[in-house]
Amino acid sequence: MIKEESLKKRYLVQNIWFTIFWLSMVLIAAVLGLILYFILSRGIKVINWEFLTAAPRRGMTEGGIFPAIVGTFYLVLGSVVVSLPLGVFSAIYLTEYASPGHPIVRAIRTAIHCLAGVPSVVFGLFGLAVFVKIFGFGVSLLSGALTLGIMSLPVVITSVEEALKTVPLSFREASLALGANKWTTIWRVVLPSSLPGILTGLILAVGRVAGETAPIMFTAAVFYARRLPQSLFDPVMALPYHIYGLMTEGTRPDKQIPLAYGTAVVLILLVVAIDFIAIYLRGRARRARKW
Amino acid sequence: MEEIKLQIKDLNVFFGEKQVLHQINLNIPANKVTAIIGPSGCGKSTLLRSINRMNDFLEDVRVEGEIIFDGSNIYDESVDPVVVRRRIGMVFQVPNPFPKSIFENVAYGLRIQGWKDKKAIEEQVVKSLQAAALWDEVKDRLHSSAFDLSGGQRQRLCIARAIAVEPEILLMDEPASALDPIATARVEELIRSLIEKYTIVLVTHNMQEAARTSDYTAFLLLGRLIEFGLTNQIFTNPQKKETEDYLTGRFG
Repeated sequence: MIKEESLKKRYLVQNIWFTIFWLSMVLIAAVLGLILYFILSRGIKVINWEFLTAAPRRGMTEGGIFPAIVGTFYLVLGSVVVSLPLGVFSAIYLTEYASPGHPIVRAIRTAIHCLAGVPSVVFGLFGLAVFVKIFGFGVSLLSGALTLGIMSLPVVITSVEEALKTVPLSFREASLALGANKWTTIWRVVLPSSLPGILTGLILAVGRVAGETAPIMFTAAVFYARRLPQSLFDPVMALPYHIYGLMTEGTRPDKQIPLAYGTAVVLILLVVAIDFIAIYLRGRARRARKW
Repeated sequence: MEEIKLQIKDLNVFFGEKQVLHQINLNIPANKVTAIIGPSGCGKSTLLRSINRMNDFLEDVRVEGEIIFDGSNIYDESVDPVVVRRRIGMVFQVPNPFPKSIFENVAYGLRIQGWKDKKAIEEQVVKSLQAAALWDEVKDRLHSSAFDLSGGQRQRLCIARAIAVEPEILLMDEPASALDPIATARVEELIRSLIEKYTIVLVTHNMQEAARTSDYTAFLLLGRLIEFGLTNQIFTNPQKKETEDYLTGRFG
């Protein structure tokens, strides 16, 4: 007869480890839940139609955040206009044209990874020095969009590269063997096949850009703008910077702090919505791709 | 002797320092199926890919010698490899349709060559699918994804895609090796029907397949061409001991 005692101990060890894994997971979920709970419970009260559609009044103690929503929207859009073409083109060059082992290519890759690790406030200073001062764009939508675009480049390049790499070699070979040149192959086969991946990466980058404060505080954002931006050279209000302003400027924290939480709720909802779009697109891409 | 479609003269191919093909001399007869057989790693695929310059895309490849097609050496500097590939088509080992519709797969080669007329494209697609013996199975779902097809159907779709641009030579790299026996039989039958219009070079490691489908057979061993001749003769009365050893299964 087989004795069972020897196995019991192993099951015990296994159960202990499973419990540790499970607890870690619960802890993470709980932290996320707590963040959402505190922000929502404090911020939801101030959210109403006026909050979403009016400008701030009386030294940011009343009114809404509409100009900040618009400003963040423009900044995100502008940063995409900068980072999408640059990112896609560089990623195409790196994966499709550059020979992988070349020292210069390796150096560029390393540089891109380093760029991803640069603190965002450093990008802010860079934008201030280059776009605001040297190029003379001033504190403006343009300077902010360029700064944010450059900041999100590493994310865009990396995700586009990953997306391009998932396109099987056999697709490229089939196209080339039909007498397509390299560019035709990339344009007609590789890019369409990797489009969902590119979109996912882009949207994740957008989600990040939307919440950044440091890169825009010296380059684009103001606490209060009397009108919505009329041109690329106007400064803008932005949601993250508005929160910062509400918490650090002004004389009525009792009125401003709830407004800051309300703004945070709007910002979180915006980013979550963007992430959901990314998840949806990725799911659709996976269904469409069966190779 | 038959009309010669393609002449391979003193072909040497190197991957870096390693020489994979040694002094290959081979004449490919027009409107016939020429099988290239030999054990794995003997250079069959490399030889096939030399014929439409698909080896160009590999790193560190060097080609010496000549491949004469339509009066000129395809490795001549004045020859555009893209033009070579338009006239010498290829079907791969694993069916590799594009993630597009059945129709768009076949139309792809036409579109990249600048065909604009919708009607002409449609006619050519239908014609190619018919020639590839796939038309009856897909005519009601031309616009559904090519990935909905079975393996054998996908390979016939790839053949349709390759012949849509009307190449003169069709290179096939073990086109049936990933297919089940019934699909294999259909593809082999199709290959026989295509020689009316095309010259076919078929790489295979399946000797029965070579015997069933080819008119001529070239036996390759360790990068050297050991024997070339009528398939019948190679299989029944090989002249070289190595060929006989391979065919009787002493190695391989």
